[in-house]
Amino acid sequence: MIELKNLNKTYKTSDHEIVALNNVNLTIQDGEIFGIIGPSGAGKSTLVRCINLLERPTKGDVILDGQNLVRLRQKELLKTRRSIGMIFQSFNLFSQRNTLQNVCYPLEIAGVGKKEAKARALKLLKLVGLADRQKSYPSQLSGGQKQRVAIARALATDPKYLLCDEATSALDPQTTQSILNLLKEINQTLGVTIVVITHEMKVIDQICDRVAVIDSSGIAEVGTVAELFLNPQSETAKELILPASQHAQKKLGSRMLRVIFNGEASEQPVVAELVLSCQAPVNIMFADTKDIDGKAYGQMLLQLPEDERQAEKVIAWLRANNMQFSEEVSQ
Amino acid sequence: MFSEMMQKLWETGELQRGIWETVYMTLFSTLFSYIIGLPIGLILTVTGKDGIRPVAAVNRVLGILVNAFRSVPFIILMVAMLPAAKAIVGTSFGNKAMIVTLVIAAAPYVARMVESSIKEVDFGVIEAAKAMGTSSFKIIYKVLLPEAKPALIIGAVISTVTILGYSAMAGSIGGGGLGKIAITYGYQKYNPDIVWVCVVLTIIIVQVLQEVGMLAARKIDKRIQK
Repeated sequence: MIELKNLNKTYKTSDHEIVALNNVNLTIQDGEIFGIIGPSGAGKSTLVRCINLLERPTKGDVILDGQNLVRLRQKELLKTRRSIGMIFQSFNLFSQRNTLQNVCYPLEIAGVGKKEAKARALKLLKLVGLADRQKSYPSQLSGGQKQRVAIARALATDPKYLLCDEATSALDPQTTQSILNLLKEINQTLGVTIVVITHEMKVIDQICDRVAVIDSSGIAEVGTVAELFLNPQSETAKELILPASQHAQKKLGSRMLRVIFNGEASEQPVVAELVLSCQAPVNIMFADTKDIDGKAYGQMLLQLPEDERQAEKVIAWLRANNMQFSEEVSQ
Repeated sequence: MFSEMMQKLWETGELQRGIWETVYMTLFSTLFSYIIGLPIGLILTVTGKDGIRPVAAVNRVLGILVNAFRSVPFIILMVAMLPAAKAIVGTSFGNKAMIVTLVIAAAPYVARMVESSIKEVDFGVIEAAKAMGTSSFKIIYKVLLPEAKPALIIGAVISTVTILGYSAMAGSIGGGGLGKIAITYGYQKYNPDIVWVCVVLTIIIVQVLQEVGMLAARKIDKRIQK
């Protein structure tokens, strides 16, 4: 379990102080994939670096399984870091070491024998699907392959935690998908607790169990991913989930529904059936749905007809068809 | 085609010895310059503002010292360091003494060269090493030096060529080598052909050093796809 308590981080420049983190409190449970999302400059990267003390918080505690890392001596801290793997947006592989040597590095540092290190590294390369590239150098690998090597390297010392700092932000959508799948697999098979920093809702949506929204140096809200999607509380969260919603409300009718697709059969034309059976038009303001194994996931923002009676009819139909939805409160 | 003096130099083997003296003075001076300059360069990088262990005081003092040595024109520094040569190798004359003065003059240059090479190492890679629990000392020899190796080799080639140039100047204050031949037999006895022969020979030596060095740097650099 990772507990961050009253975390503050300020940077001093010559003439003023910059507050990067302001009184952050978070608890990350063992075994979960925890997302931290926020716009750039919100302090996400600083926050994740405070977990392994790459950045030392100005104030507050970082408690890892009951042990306060802030109080540790350098030597003990270095040892503790072996139980916290980390991967980065720019991969940060050693350019002069080949794939196998990269994965062996943390084991060398930990004092593991050469033979044993090599065997472990090969096993990890197999896990990330790159057993055949052990002699390749980073310059010979694609972005996705580099991140896989970085993941193998981060897992070499058998860490309990894995920190991912914008790990998929430099990758194309397809590669992002495969890396996310790999992270999920690692979480499930190895039981590694994963902390994911991202600015993309898609990433949170796909692998995270719980999420914290961070904005202007503080935590705006924390909850399960479903809660966040269904009922975002903070402005930042709303902005991240539905960037277009604000404009829509001004132009047309006042009432809007957020309809959640949570595994309904995707072949069922929900919106078409709704319109046909209610004999009322709805306007799709925003939609982001995906078809996973024949099931629909995602959400849609529907603008209700202006006529109150028709609007109620639509709501009644959704309820009758067991659709998850919530009304957007207009400002 | 050549002057009498030139032919005499060739027949007595003086010219050949000059080539050899230039080469070994250069290589030994470079070697010792690195033995002194490499650690200084490392300390400059590590203790710098963005280094892995910033120590402003050490960095400042060392930086000023290096700059002081680098700002004195080489020929003046060499003469000024002759007493040091006498103290270290027992003489202020000849190639041994010249190597000492060359090293004193070149080590600060090498230190800056090393510093700039190591500063090229990607900060993210250092951060990753830290995240894996690497101590500062291990970061130096497991990350900084290996990652900067190609840049360090290119720096060494440039330093060697610079030191070769310095060694020619040593010919005017009692050193041997092609510099001495060009000055004593060429310039002072008015045999322009000897000067030109020395120029051409120096160019050839520099070309060979440059080519071999760059080839080695390219061969060793894993960032280049072959």
